[in-house]
Amino acid sequence: MSSYHNTLYVTTPGAYLAKDHENVAVRVEHQTRMSVPMHHLGGVVCFGPVSASPELMAACMERGIGFSYLDVNGRFLARVEGPASGNVLLRRRQYRLADDPEAAAALARSFVFGKVSNSRAMLVRSARERPEAPPGLLEGAARLAGRLVDLGRQPMTTDEARGHEGEAAAGYFAAFDAMIRSTDPAFRFTLRSRRPPMDPVNALLSFVYALVRHDCTSALAAVGLDPGVGYLHVDRPGRPSLALDLMEEFRPALADRLVLALINRSQVSPGGFVRDEAGGVLMDADTRRTVLIAYQERKQVALTHPITGEATTFAVVPHIQARLLARTIRGELERYQPFLVR
Amino acid sequence: MHILVCYDVSTITPDGRRRLRKVARLCKDYGQRVQQSVFECNVGDVQWATLRPALLSEFNPAEDSLRFYRLGEDPSRRAEHHGVKPSVDFEGPLIA
Repeated sequence: MSSYHNTLYVTTPGAYLAKDHENVAVRVEHQTRMSVPMHHLGGVVCFGPVSASPELMAACMERGIGFSYLDVNGRFLARVEGPASGNVLLRRRQYRLADDPEAAAALARSFVFGKVSNSRAMLVRSARERPEAPPGLLEGAARLAGRLVDLGRQPMTTDEARGHEGEAAAGYFAAFDAMIRSTDPAFRFTLRSRRPPMDPVNALLSFVYALVRHDCTSALAAVGLDPGVGYLHVDRPGRPSLALDLMEEFRPALADRLVLALINRSQVSPGGFVRDEAGGVLMDADTRRTVLIAYQERKQVALTHPITGEATTFAVVPHIQARLLARTIRGELERYQPFLVR
Repeated sequence: MHILVCYDVSTITPDGRRRLRKVARLCKDYGQRVQQSVFECNVGDVQWATLRPALLSEFNPAEDSLRFYRLGEDPSRRAEHHGVKPSVDFEGPLIA
């Protein structure tokens, strides 16, 4: 069986997921909309009012197919997972390292390095693609390059790594608007806002981050790590801190790049967003669908993994990284190497 | 590997009708119905090693016929669909 399993996204309000022998049957008003054999699936993501039968859940849990529940706008609500797979010794070691300030700081620094390096690559790439790049792009890239030098120079505490992360994110998002080629005022980006996102760009970012988060959580659970105990992110009940650590490197390379492509290629339009009473911006059903398809297609793009040299796809990269992380935690690798794009 | 499973199961006797249900059920566990007695199954070696003997033990060689066509990894170049009931690509975006 391949290490890549597909994800089923259920967006139809009122859909009911039932077990039909070896299939997941998606029923809407007692009509079967789709039937997918479970051997194709690695996860199920439900948006809004979607329910599932206990029999189906039990069968999926047995096969390591986790469920994520998100609200219609992609905000994380809950996750259901079966008994943890893999080695309990690995998880013990994961917890020990989390309590060891030096080891935790080294991992935190790797995650930040991955994020900053990939953020910088985004800015450079965007500048390269345009004949007259806005000055903000290269300025932002230069600032992030400076951060990378600091991050690579000497050991630092976890708090220092967090400080670099915060500063770099501020610099990156200050230059983010310059990467948007659409001239439509609705797609201007000024500030990262969430819960709720206050404009269409933030709505897109939040939604795609939620998808990446689901994939990273699944990948960690699949190698036997506990997604809930992280290094860069502090423990908090219900928060998948390690998944948030792992996804840092994927935010620019997978999520931001997809959001920019959707806007710059006019695959989404300002009319596809609605403002709710609280002032937050939501996607309509069509836009959500467009984004989900684009995300799935992006994950199918072939690439060569820069560390392992494997021919793979983006869908598999979180699984490879989770494996590298597990090996680092076991002590087989000296340090965790994030997935870096050029 | 994509495998096209086609069958003719004699349904004159109650036992034949039972076999037909069983064969269809097995195919559906591993793939999707593309036409009445035609299933497309995208399976790995492990699944195929389970499905194939299960089908062979269910059908009655004296009365029924079973055919397996191996379509390789990418059936999009080998199969063309027109009309109603298009198939789902289980490796593509799955959005319901």
